[in-house]
Amino acid sequence: MDISFFDSPLGLALIIIAQCGMVITFVMVSLLFLVYGDRKIWAAVQMRRGPNVVGVFGLLQTVADALKYVVKEVVIPAGADRAVFLMAPMASFVLAMIAWAVIPFNDRWVLADLNVAILYVLAISSLEVYGVIMGGWASNSKYPFLGSLRSAAQMISYEVSIGFIIIGVILSTGSLNFGQIVAAQDTGYGLFGWYWLPHLPMVFLFFISCLAETNRPPFDLPEAESELVAGYQVEYSSTPFLLFMAGEYIAIFLMCALTSLLFFGGWLSPIPGLPDGALWMVGKMAFFFFLFAMVKAIVPRYRYDQLMRLGWKVFLPMSLAWVVIVAFLAKFEVLGGFWARWTIGG
Amino acid sequence: MGIADFTFYVFALVVIAAGFFTVVSRNPVHSVLWLILAFLTSAGLFVLMGAEFVAMLLIIVYVGAVAVLFLFVVMMLDVDFAELKAEMARYVPLAGLIGLVLLMQLGLAYGTWVTGEGVELLDAPQGTPEGAAHNTAALGALIYDRYWLLFQMAGLILLVAMVGAILLTLRHRTDIKRQDVLAQLYRDPKKAMELKDVKSGQGL
Repeated sequence: MDISFFDSPLGLALIIIAQCGMVITFVMVSLLFLVYGDRKIWAAVQMRRGPNVVGVFGLLQTVADALKYVVKEVVIPAGADRAVFLMAPMASFVLAMIAWAVIPFNDRWVLADLNVAILYVLAISSLEVYGVIMGGWASNSKYPFLGSLRSAAQMISYEVSIGFIIIGVILSTGSLNFGQIVAAQDTGYGLFGWYWLPHLPMVFLFFISCLAETNRPPFDLPEAESELVAGYQVEYSSTPFLLFMAGEYIAIFLMCALTSLLFFGGWLSPIPGLPDGALWMVGKMAFFFFLFAMVKAIVPRYRYDQLMRLGWKVFLPMSLAWVVIVAFLAKFEVLGGFWARWTIGG
Repeated sequence: MGIADFTFYVFALVVIAAGFFTVVSRNPVHSVLWLILAFLTSAGLFVLMGAEFVAMLLIIVYVGAVAVLFLFVVMMLDVDFAELKAEMARYVPLAGLIGLVLLMQLGLAYGTWVTGEGVELLDAPQGTPEGAAHNTAALGALIYDRYWLLFQMAGLILLVAMVGAILLTLRHRTDIKRQDVLAQLYRDPKKAMELKDVKSGQGL
């Protein structure tokens, strides 16, 4: 290899494109098996078999489904706003995808090592609501519109509490960078050094807020099929629908990655002696996805007013109080700096 | 022209085009969408200047919250486009006049603009110097240490505005049934049910 070539702008661009390609490939391949896993887990809980025909154990079912979506005809309703109608699923998919640019899989294995990485993820996830709103409005139909209004209110409500929970973690670390947040959890005590212990109540709040933020059951009110047919997705078919679907699953997987980075030590090994590595990170993400799937299988759907009450009257005050508590615990270094890890990470 | 310059011009052109279409779009929802594009690209400009914290806040606050509210309001409005166009045609001369005055003022201001020595060095994107505080941390120190009083006062003003808005719209309705979640949670079968021994043929 010629070393100087990779220092030239063209070479650098090639390297960056290759890295992006790797991350996209990882996310897309995991997406295939996540959808499969989701259906299998759901089926197992309900004592069904789930997909079992295409490929060994039905492993290729998602590939077959994706192909079917792609080759079908794109139907655009006559009254729809064509440009916005087609832009909505693209926005939904692309926004879910670009958030992965700042997610590290191992120490310094990250596309863009931003100093404000958490804010970037928060910004992107606050944009994701546009896919839903645009889709619902452009369909020019009642049910999609109702679904998108619900969804927008829901996503904004839970973003607030996610933001406050993340502030607690940032206060403990003194940095907005994922690498430093994970480094701050590396205390030599394995899994007891991770942030889930000092931030214990917030772990549950964060997990539930993630469910609501990604419109997962039990908070899948935007597409509540019993009342709104399929919410903002009613008028979508073929590839646009596939993009919505894929964007949703990618956003869920991103939330799994966030949970493991913020509270469960990212790529750190849970047992002190074992080597750290990307496999731990992927394993933790898979585990949290399993939890997401289990929640979908065993929890009945919330009612909309209950959802709003939970977000604004329970989660918001709790997470706000926690920010204040953590600020004091960190400032006065209670328990030998259990909540203040600036010396280790930031 | 380096990559930074090229990116700057792309972003700048997109901001101007998006602003233009925000004004001329016929459909108000399209206007808001163009406005969002303008916000996003100006966030890109902030990143180019090395102010990534401000860029992220711009997206989170303006695009993530304010523009969603705009979109909500605009989507719900039942706007008569023909009437809107007629209104616009009536005010075009006045709007043109205001625009002309603003343009002349800008021209006067920039016509006498003198650039200092070494100012072109500031043109390049400024990375945080090695060892210096990161700009997010520097901003935090400035806001919370030096200007904490102004910061708190700004917060207080927002709070007052919020309380005012709530006060203006709050109505306590007495003619509807409200749900008391705690009362529901503390209900038990003993209080909620009563077993009656009904004799056959008589009813209750």
